[in-house]
Amino acid sequence: MSTTSTTRTISVEINGTSYERNVPASLLLVHFLRDDLDLTGTHVGCDTGSCGACTVQLGGEAIKSCCMLAVQADGASITTVEGLASDEGELTPLQQSFHEHHALQCGYCTPGMLMSATALLEKNPRPSEHEVKVALQGNICRCTGYWNIIEAVVAVGEGETR
Amino acid sequence: MLLREVEYARPATIEEAIALLSEHDGARALAGGQTLVNVMKARAASPDVLVDLADLTELRTISFSADQSALEIGAMVTNTMVISSSEVEVARPILAEVAATIADVQIRNRGTVGGNVCVNDPTNHYPPLLAALGATFTIRSTSGERTVSAEEFFVGVYVTAVSEGELLTKISVPTRKPGTGDAMAGITLGAHGTYVASAVATVSSEGVRVALGCVSSVPVRATAMEDRLAGGDLSEAAVRAAAEGLAASLDPPSDVHANAEYRGHLAEVSAIRAVLQAAERAKG
Repeated sequence: MSTTSTTRTISVEINGTSYERNVPASLLLVHFLRDDLDLTGTHVGCDTGSCGACTVQLGGEAIKSCCMLAVQADGASITTVEGLASDEGELTPLQQSFHEHHALQCGYCTPGMLMSATALLEKNPRPSEHEVKVALQGNICRCTGYWNIIEAVVAVGEGETR
Repeated sequence: MLLREVEYARPATIEEAIALLSEHDGARALAGGQTLVNVMKARAASPDVLVDLADLTELRTISFSADQSALEIGAMVTNTMVISSSEVEVARPILAEVAATIADVQIRNRGTVGGNVCVNDPTNHYPPLLAALGATFTIRSTSGERTVSAEEFFVGVYVTAVSEGELLTKISVPTRKPGTGDAMAGITLGAHGTYVASAVATVSSEGVRVALGCVSSVPVRATAMEDRLAGGDLSEAAVRAAAEGLAASLDPPSDVHANAEYRGHLAEVSAIRAVLQAAERAKG
């Protein structure tokens, strides 16, 4: 018989590193990442599940870490934006493409955009413009007007970046 | 956002989950959390105990009933699972078509069919869809299992037949027979946004069923329109004539997106579009 508790010790693998922490059941996953683990690349934008700045990959799928409790992630494997570039700082083709296509201005939405687009490219390595738009529907950018972001993702599929 | 302190449990079996839900006042089942976590932030809901259904893998399956007449969708099946299910594609593809228009990729990855219907927000996609398709809902409690129709399941805004100590386990959707066409039409805020008005139609040899969303606290069947279409003439003129008076028969809510009169008009237009598209699909 399982019992209830206001805290739980969770085990999660984040960017290849295993963490075990005791957390309040009320703690959002995004705050666990940012405040407990200092992984501040994942941003809090709207905090209502609308903007996608908090997007991470959980079990290979893009999810919004502000719409999930840290305890719900117990046992899961998570990738945050810090997990994209290599330890030596070598960018992924997608990050390189964002750089080359000027796909960011203020950069606040960028971690979420990268995580949504990375999940798309893993499932669909050559997405069409329409498929990119659908995949990024849950990510809001208030600077770029989206065009350079879409071009950057499509270009990766077409092999235009190294 | 800081949430109010909450008790949490992650049961390993359905029996444990039901026991937890019945033992604790103010306990809520936590499915994907795409609605519940957000309403908890706003304190619109403030459960004392969350019973996380994440480990109940038997609620994450899509299969056929023993006699193959129904598709059985576990309450914890995500929208993304519906979209990619070969069973859904064969047996009732409208479910995948509609699931693909809910919110965005991230929310579809976490959000579940069971969570969506148990929230019963009148603007949600599944309530009118499942009402039109004649789905049934299986609810478990410590005293056993019961199965209810969509008419019985959807009770009011944010209220369903699932009461305290009970758990929705599966939704059974009749499989599509040859010559059946299903369609959903409506007006949304943005391409895949919230519905302002919606209608689902299913056309088969047994007749036409139409269910409307957003116009009441529960899905509303357009029975007068259905009766007028029973003769089988589904020409555009006949469908438009059958829908006459539908808007006037409704008592929809007013909000910033549409006043009652306009929402009623949108519902009528949506019903016509849904029936015409379903009729086209029924031809094969």
